Amino acid sequence: MYTSISNRRDFIKKMAQLSAITAAATMFPGILFAEEQEEGLPKGGNLDWKKAPCRFCGVGCGVLVGVEEGKAVAVKGDPASSVNKGLCCVKGYHSVMALYGKDRLTKPLVKKNGRYVETSMDEALDLIASKMKETIKDHGKDAVSIYGSGQWTIPDGYAASKLFKGCIGTNNVEANARLCMASAVTGFLTSFGLDEPMGCYEDIDYADVFVLWGNNMAEMHPVLFSRLLDQRLKRGVKIIDFATRTTRTSMAADKSILFLPQTDLAVANAICYEIIKNGWVNETFVKKHCNFSKGLTNMGYGLEDKYKFKDKPEAISFEAFKTFLEDYTPEKVEKISGVSARDIKYMAAYYGDPNKKVMSLWCMGPNQHSRGTWMNNLIYNIHLLTGKISTPGNSPFSLTGQPSACGTVREVGTLTHKLPHGVVMKKEHREFAAKIWDVPVENIDPKPTYHTVEMFRALDRGDIRFMWIQVTNPMVTIPKLKRYRDAAKKEGRFIVVSDIYPTPTTDIADVILPSAMWVEREGMYGNSERRTQYFEQMVQPPGEAMSDTWQLIEVAKRMGFEKQFYYKEETHVEEIYTEYRKHHDNKKHNMAPLQVLKENPGMQWPYVDGKPTKWRFNSKYDPACSNGEEFHFYGKPDGKAIIWQRPYEPAAESPDSEYPFWLNTGRVVEHWHTGSMTRRIPVLHRAMPHAYVELNPGDAKRMQIRTGDKVKLTTRRGEIVLPASVNERGVPAPMQVFVPFFDESMLINDITLDSFCPISKEPDYKKCAVKVEKA
Amino acid sequence: MPIKSYLAHPHDGQKERLIEELSALKECDVLPSQNKEVIVLVTDTEDEDREKILKQKLEAISSLKLLAMVSGFNTPQNN
Repeated sequence: MYTSISNRRDFIKKMAQLSAITAAATMFPGILFAEEQEEGLPKGGNLDWKKAPCRFCGVGCGVLVGVEEGKAVAVKGDPASSVNKGLCCVKGYHSVMALYGKDRLTKPLVKKNGRYVETSMDEALDLIASKMKETIKDHGKDAVSIYGSGQWTIPDGYAASKLFKGCIGTNNVEANARLCMASAVTGFLTSFGLDEPMGCYEDIDYADVFVLWGNNMAEMHPVLFSRLLDQRLKRGVKIIDFATRTTRTSMAADKSILFLPQTDLAVANAICYEIIKNGWVNETFVKKHCNFSKGLTNMGYGLEDKYKFKDKPEAISFEAFKTFLEDYTPEKVEKISGVSARDIKYMAAYYGDPNKKVMSLWCMGPNQHSRGTWMNNLIYNIHLLTGKISTPGNSPFSLTGQPSACGTVREVGTLTHKLPHGVVMKKEHREFAAKIWDVPVENIDPKPTYHTVEMFRALDRGDIRFMWIQVTNPMVTIPKLKRYRDAAKKEGRFIVVSDIYPTPTTDIADVILPSAMWVEREGMYGNSERRTQYFEQMVQPPGEAMSDTWQLIEVAKRMGFEKQFYYKEETHVEEIYTEYRKHHDNKKHNMAPLQVLKENPGMQWPYVDGKPTKWRFNSKYDPACSNGEEFHFYGKPDGKAIIWQRPYEPAAESPDSEYPFWLNTGRVVEHWHTGSMTRRIPVLHRAMPHAYVELNPGDAKRMQIRTGDKVKLTTRRGEIVLPASVNERGVPAPMQVFVPFFDESMLINDITLDSFCPISKEPDYKKCAVKVEKA
Repeated sequence: MPIKSYLAHPHDGQKERLIEELSALKECDVLPSQNKEVIVLVTDTEDEDREKILKQKLEAISSLKLLAMVSGFNTPQNN
């Protein structure tokens, strides 16, 4: 678990080198380091370079994969991609190595008498289909479920939704994107009535100021961050890092402003207060294009089973909103947030300056938040009040963490309440989907069932008996993990896991299916800026590994749904995509034809009259605008966006005398999410071999803790021991600690809290109370 | 035992010479960019005194235009 001193020296040298490469990449977009990037490349090889979106994060970098003799051997950034312009991050450059880890799953495994036994794919698929049928017969259709991810390709998610919602008739379809961007979705829906950003990455080329809301872009979205730094070199733009901890992003920013956890709600309101007080409101824009509303408050935190919440929006006047903001003067907010009134005014002045274009960027900070929907609303409030939205460079931009969180989970709609077009609750949406799916409309249940946390609670209670988990690792990522790990092991539960490597999640499986990964099959991803990207099958998957799409089709056929799953093996991706496009056949969401995706490094939707739409809701760019005005927020019936009155409320659990520190969790640049792929890439694993706990240097000194010392963290859910990290990469504020979650041997989620935003149902991984002791 | 990384910028047309001169120092690991005029340099010295001596040697290299430190680690303090 711990590295020796000599290994540690190598590790530090590698870290130092990677830091310098990253710094160079930010200064020289498109820079190549041949020795590092072509390590292991056959000398004098004759590579066939083929385009694909990167396998890892939601930025959606275009990459070129070098294939030789049936093996993917190299990766380079695709210079033709407008996303990354030839650049990759350390994960992207090494991504093909994730295909060839020594312990790839190549054969289906079935648990018999407590041991995994190899079996044929046919036999495993037969068993899955018969278990599903048996469970439905004994316990009803809502006893079976599927849990996928934002790494599902579009065809994977589409097949899952069609099988479960359309054919079986259960809304037990969820995906791990619930854990990372559900608050972004509900933020968009409540403010604009339609999901996904109105702008695009090209906003970076026009904005004068970038405000990063709890977003460590330098590590989590390094390629996009390099575009920000590039603009600073070229145009002198300002970067403001507004966060709870000092990170590489803070160090690279022009200004770093730290706030106390959860108080971003108050600071955002204080910025609105300043905008109104100083006369910076774009009155024409607000009058023409905005309404004001308030919702319920004191919603709770979803800590109890079967928690329900439904907001009751109520229209309010601008004057009422102004009065509400009286509680959020910079001076008052300074006292609860720890942010000086001067710094609040500094940020507000940029948003309020009519001559500055401002881009707000955020990801997990505002989303993994017990008031995540509110935080998203509040950032939109700032942009709506100033009219800085839907124009090049004026852009509230919610980033995503997975390659197809947008493309599959949000657009295909693999969440309990969603359909590819619309929601299960609306009759016309059910009728529309049923017609395309060729199923009786009665098959689609009008009631959503379980969001992710509640789905695992239902598994614990026994309401769910069968769960199929594809391309995700919930036994590392679900908060308050121990409860749900024990739940999965209970008698009378049947768990199927499709993955490429053994993980803590395959450990709880009754059947393990080996999956084909990324370019071992054909598919599409959709990135953060509404860009759909196609990739062809470039190499053969190992052994009997099969794409998640085809696994689902095979099981669907075995369950008697041959009519709906008519697809042929050699053409099924094209057939599915063509069918899927019918769900979005309108000016607001039309998807580009497959041939267009094949010929380009992705294409943004809405794709109308042969053109992508870069800025939605702006009539100059968006053909769906039809109100004759400059802007048209057509997601709402009256074409107006909503400015929400959302107060500051405390987190579900705050530090107290027994648990005096805040615990924050997150990611690192080397590893992608739970590390199941990147920890099998030697250079990345060596660079970041295990998790750690970051402490504030003052706290560490007081507690006589030095880097490498063992530290015990205890919460009301349990305890964990990790090595300390003091003054290394990130520096938490006093009385706060940070732990990355990539390391399955140090499961931080065993001790996190399963509180969530009552509207989005997205858990708050950033805040709970913890006791910190030298172990 | 300080470990530091730098971006080394050569004078015009002297990248190859700079690579050679840096590579000749045993405390230096050199990773040149394939397509830009910049070199990643990682230095690994036994102690602060040797670090100072190395710094003097680096400053004396005539093909070196600018040496910008990116990261610095001092392993004894941290282990």
